[in-house]
Amino acid sequence: MKQVLENIENQFEMFQVLDEDGKVVNKDDLPDLSDDELKELMRRMVYTRILDQRSIALNRQGRLGFYAPTAGQEASQLGSQFALEQDDFILPGYRDVPQLIWQGLPLYQAFLFSKGHFHGNQFPDEVRALSPQIIIGAQYVQTAGVALGLKKRGKKNVAITYTGDGGTSQGDFYEGINNAGAFKAPAIFVVQNNRFAISVPVEKQTNAKTLAQKAVAAGIEGIQVDGMDVLAVYAATKFARERAVAGEGPTLIETLTYRFGPHTMSGDDPTRYRTEDMDKEWEKKDPLVRFRKYLEGKKLWTEEDENKVIDEAKEDIKKAIKQAEQQPKQKVTDLINNMYEELPTHLQEQKEIYEAKESK
Amino acid sequence: MAQMTMIQAITDAMRVELKNDENVLVFGEDVGQNGGVFRATEGLQDEFGEDRVFDTPLAESGIGGLAIGLAMEGFRPVPEIQFFGFVFEVMDSISGQMARLRYRSGGHYNAPITVRAPFGGGVHTPELHADSLEGLIAQQPGVKVVIPSTPYEAKGLLISAIRDNDPVVFLEHMKLYRSFRGEVPEDAYTVEIGKADVKREGSDVTLLAYGAMVHSSLKAAEELEKDGISAEVIDLRTVSPVDYETILESVKKTNRVVFVQEAQRQAGIAGQVISEVQERAILHLEAPILRVTAPDTVYAFSDAEEVWLPDHKDIVERVNEVINF
Repeated sequence: MKQVLENIENQFEMFQVLDEDGKVVNKDDLPDLSDDELKELMRRMVYTRILDQRSIALNRQGRLGFYAPTAGQEASQLGSQFALEQDDFILPGYRDVPQLIWQGLPLYQAFLFSKGHFHGNQFPDEVRALSPQIIIGAQYVQTAGVALGLKKRGKKNVAITYTGDGGTSQGDFYEGINNAGAFKAPAIFVVQNNRFAISVPVEKQTNAKTLAQKAVAAGIEGIQVDGMDVLAVYAATKFARERAVAGEGPTLIETLTYRFGPHTMSGDDPTRYRTEDMDKEWEKKDPLVRFRKYLEGKKLWTEEDENKVIDEAKEDIKKAIKQAEQQPKQKVTDLINNMYEELPTHLQEQKEIYEAKESK
Repeated sequence: MAQMTMIQAITDAMRVELKNDENVLVFGEDVGQNGGVFRATEGLQDEFGEDRVFDTPLAESGIGGLAIGLAMEGFRPVPEIQFFGFVFEVMDSISGQMARLRYRSGGHYNAPITVRAPFGGGVHTPELHADSLEGLIAQQPGVKVVIPSTPYEAKGLLISAIRDNDPVVFLEHMKLYRSFRGEVPEDAYTVEIGKADVKREGSDVTLLAYGAMVHSSLKAAEELEKDGISAEVIDLRTVSPVDYETILESVKKTNRVVFVQEAQRQAGIAGQVISEVQERAILHLEAPILRVTAPDTVYAFSDAEEVWLPDHKDIVERVNEVINF
């Protein structure tokens, strides 16, 4: 009898382009991006970091609702999104609002999503995406369906979805990757392994050495990537995208990352399950620091560039939150109107009752 | 006697039963070191070890399956589903499997499982975190559904649930977790499952409620008293099986009934109970039985939440309708 697990597990090595000091360690896989594109990627990362800081502050002031902090995960989120085309379809998890914003979702709508306002989910036509999924893993099964649809329509686009390390334990995860594999559907499954599913460390989540190796059972490609290295994440996603549209089937990408903040702003306290040492060790890998060093080395980024983005972000956020707050408050009658294409009689009756209440 | 919040009483019930019975196991997502996202299992892993109180991988269906499997080895599992809105992921384990184990094996096996989960609205959670889905489970024969409204009852009912040899879904209203304290004995005691409780005596109308709506009903009863209307408030405590004896006794006295539930109007517990009451006591009724419920939409996790949720004013309004019928 031959044992194969160890052999398989050892084949999954972390793919990296830039090391922690922003030095290129893998010239062959350095993505072919122009100087302007590199600068744009940096701009988006800085902007998104500011957006995270402001969103946390706005949440604390009671001006936002549900919010899952993103700092630390910018390379995973934005590097993968940067490899997409406008007509690709995104199925995000609850932390994956930045990808939607850079795909074209207006900021004020992202804020409305946070506040539970349905207009936050009325995406512009050019943003082909579902709203961030709350049920862990549900987006994975649906991604197989979206990808199969794209394939049946003969479109050269992909469906991309995101979950965390915890999400890979759900049955839906396996069903999603297996279905996409069975149909050779153009799907990209991203697992942002930030090491903790709320409080549970990935070591307790699974006996698998990597999450990327879960692709093997589904018969699809699997890659483990340094999730703090935006160029590595971009290159891996680009590779997965090219395979997918060429009809070679789905890819599972595990990005090794870390969320610097709490799970969400709803009372999670990371000091209960993470040590300060661990936080510090990961802060050294900060995706912004690394990419900034790389760009500074190429004379593409200055403090002035950085400050310009920070000011731009703050200004945009100020305007967007104002716009979100000017949106008419969501009413019960809005919910009633959105339940069916045609309002059934009993809901028509209920609508009248709530219209009367709301006019008081 | 100690003064406890409902969540402290719930933790205490698990502590008592972990101590009393070595077969009791507490597990779920984040219930170990983190003590649960609401801290319902705070300190239990430290006290009883990781063997008895443990984190599971993030998989609700997996948690349900673990519970059923562990029961086969004689354990008494107390799994937590982090939010009851996630029940759809574990619906088969509950309604398709554990509820049917006794029947399917002709009594050879049983499922002494207590599935605990926070539910209910009013605490500004995101989508699928606040839904009142007790009606879904109550439709499944073979499983009991218990919903406490006070710290004392939470502890006594949870101990009863853990000791019960059939599966119990134990739903903890999030708004009641820390909203008030009550006296809770330190030792083990039980409150019987399947028995309603008269929370306030009255003679003009019977208010039937459970969970947070018991407190809204009591508040409404106080308002009604000012207008000279005497309302009796009955806390169902168990929504499956329902204690019709206590309900009918009250109905025969007051002849008027309003059912109050936080869940939507369609299907659900209110519809079921009202149907039984009219079948059994139509000649005692002076007016149609009315309902106070949420509207038939998804839960309003937004600005609309407060209007969407039924409150004591809605109850007063409906009571006046049945009184003036």
